[in-house]
Amino acid sequence: MNSRPTPGVLLPGAGAALALALLVGGALIGLLLAPEGAAAGRPWVDGYVLAVLRFTVWQALLSALLSVGLAVPVARALARRRRFAGRALLLRLLGLPMVVPTIVGVLGIVAIYGRSGLLNEGLGALGVAARLDVYGLSGILIAHVFFNMPFATRLLVQAWAGIPAESWRLASQLGMSGGQVFRLIEAPMLRQTAPGIAGLVFLLCFTSFSVVLVLGGGPPNATLEVAIYQALRFDFDVARVVVLATLQVAVCAVLVGAAGRLARPMPVDQTLAPPVERHDLAGVWSRALDAVAIAAAMAILALPLAAVAAAGLAGPVAAVLADGELWRAALRSLTVGLSAGLLAVALGWGLVSTSRELRARYYRRGAADRLELAGSLVLVVPPFVVGAGLFVLLRPVADVFAIGLILVVLVNALMGLPFVIRILGPPAAQVAERHLRLCDSLGIAGWHRLRLVDWPLLRRPAALALAVCSALAMGDLGVIALFGTPDTRTLPLLLYHRMGSYRMDEAAVTALVLLVLSLLLFVAIERGLGGDADD
Amino acid sequence: MPMIELSGVTYRYDHTEMAFDLTVDAGAFLTVIGPSGAGKTTLLNLIAGFERPDGGRIVLDGRDAAGQPPAQRPVTTLFQEHNLFAHLTAAQNVGLGLHPGLRLSSTQRDMVSQGLAVVGLAGFEDRLPRQMSGGERRRVALARSIVRDRKILLLDEPFAALDPPRRLEMVALVDALRRDRGLTVVMVSHLLDEVVGAATHAVFVQDGRILAAGTVDDFLAAPPVPEITGYLGTRPRPRAVPRAAKRG
Repeated sequence: MNSRPTPGVLLPGAGAALALALLVGGALIGLLLAPEGAAAGRPWVDGYVLAVLRFTVWQALLSALLSVGLAVPVARALARRRRFAGRALLLRLLGLPMVVPTIVGVLGIVAIYGRSGLLNEGLGALGVAARLDVYGLSGILIAHVFFNMPFATRLLVQAWAGIPAESWRLASQLGMSGGQVFRLIEAPMLRQTAPGIAGLVFLLCFTSFSVVLVLGGGPPNATLEVAIYQALRFDFDVARVVVLATLQVAVCAVLVGAAGRLARPMPVDQTLAPPVERHDLAGVWSRALDAVAIAAAMAILALPLAAVAAAGLAGPVAAVLADGELWRAALRSLTVGLSAGLLAVALGWGLVSTSRELRARYYRRGAADRLELAGSLVLVVPPFVVGAGLFVLLRPVADVFAIGLILVVLVNALMGLPFVIRILGPPAAQVAERHLRLCDSLGIAGWHRLRLVDWPLLRRPAALALAVCSALAMGDLGVIALFGTPDTRTLPLLLYHRMGSYRMDEAAVTALVLLVLSLLLFVAIERGLGGDADD
Repeated sequence: MPMIELSGVTYRYDHTEMAFDLTVDAGAFLTVIGPSGAGKTTLLNLIAGFERPDGGRIVLDGRDAAGQPPAQRPVTTLFQEHNLFAHLTAAQNVGLGLHPGLRLSSTQRDMVSQGLAVVGLAGFEDRLPRQMSGGERRRVALARSIVRDRKILLLDEPFAALDPPRRLEMVALVDALRRDRGLTVVMVSHLLDEVVGAATHAVFVQDGRILAAGTVDDFLAAPPVPEITGYLGTRPRPRAVPRAAKRG
């Protein structure tokens, strides 16, 4: 291949990849070299580890099946019905769980499905004696569906939009019924797309932490992530951490390797193909099915959030808002969120700007793919493992609790990186594909290219990436649970502690504050930085 | 005097080994024809410096072009599409030809307006590409090539998407620019018909080689190699036969 000796454009990617290698590699080495790691007096894998592994796989499998199983009728209804009251609201609701902090969503779920929740009240009023309990597998599944069904739905809506308009026209010309359309057009599409989406949801639930921590309800119900946390936080059992982490990395690596589809671009907005007249939708059954799917999705998404809002407003608002601890925690959360978001976007831009050069200028597609894969590394090496590794590595040289927040920023930046690459990668590659030659011929390079070409064309995806990463990091209750001390509590951790000490009134208000701040941060970045909707 | 000289230039892409020897005199209008995938665009990319040859020499305007980045070559290119930045105005798109960071003096801004006027777009300064027709967008790109003031103009089928009358109009405009400014023009096209009257010379490219070279008149009178007949078809030139005669 002919390559030109102009390596300047390759530096950002090399730098970002090096930073990643140091962070992740350092963490793994730290974990493996930990003194406690070698001197383990019991078998590597015992009954406890096996039980945790079994539960982790089982709940992830059920979560993936339930999420995608529910997402299919919802996505189908959205694809079929382009005009109904509340369609815009539902589309908006489908985007929300990405921004809603996990712990807030969990609180809302407890309020609806918990022992004294809305559902049990309703059942009681109907004279049903059985009481649902949200703690345990059922609660974990409900929460995983709440967070992942919308994600799966959005991916499926995109897949539906990928069905060519001619297929629909042909179907109506041939007089296919709704069932025939499903069997002949939609089912084959689902066979291609649904397994990849289910695999992605499985991976997200396999590495789930906060949901399981709060709703697990006891020692047998732990994912590997939760077990790692408990081994570190309570027993300081590094040998166990190494075993659990190795298992997690191994299973994730196999999964990611198996599902090469994971690297597919994530739908950035809810654009749908131009509407095609459909003639297979008028039947009573098909209307009823779509209506049920839409109503169910609305209820699943809106009820917990409404419960959070209602409980928060009903709580001791003035007292909680007057508490300085809340605002100090909020400030820490905002700082952590923004720093992690900026770091993630900076690292992601480094990788993306170099990978697109490799592709468009040097025709090194393979190298470009590998570079972007490096950014998705945290899908294989889950963040908790990195956090644990850095913890062990830094323990001898620094007070990990003092620099806890910095570690939280680093780990959250890593967690956001796959999102940055998925959101920013495709449009950045497109800009390069279209304009690389023109820029070269006019000598538009470096700062000029960033200012005149990349920024105007990529500010919207860049802002979206920053908004997503910042909101995720702000609402994260992952590594902060490991490093947080009373002096470095973020808002999610404060909320977790208030829930843990049964100060549920205060927790309700805190949850509402966290929810509002997360949404505000997201909207402020997306609108403020991304600019108005233009082309 | 030759403006473009390629001697023994080789380039590998995927599994195709391309080899080009070509001389274009100053002031000539060369049309490059040949089937899709023959290497026409690669030939232009090598001249413009977007691709680096594996071997051979490229001399442009008497200077060896090896190691010269695209922006410093005496070359300006019109691509098949995406010649303009959709988010920049016509004046900004043209102004990029004068300064890659758009820091323009008032004299340079006047040059931009003059360039637009030459291509018949006086007063179009503030229009965005989406507010212009396909033909007008090509004219803006031509205006930029005017203000860049390079001796060689490369056109990679930039007019392919236009309707036939508009296409002939644009070729005529390119030809007028060539005569006024003494440019050397190399234009890829699918058919000889659309450049008749403007192009002086033609080459036929197939499988990464230049199979034939000559004047356009030579090509039209008697295709120098049988492959051209295969490519263009055996039909008589449309002008020679009345349309009605083709039916039935």
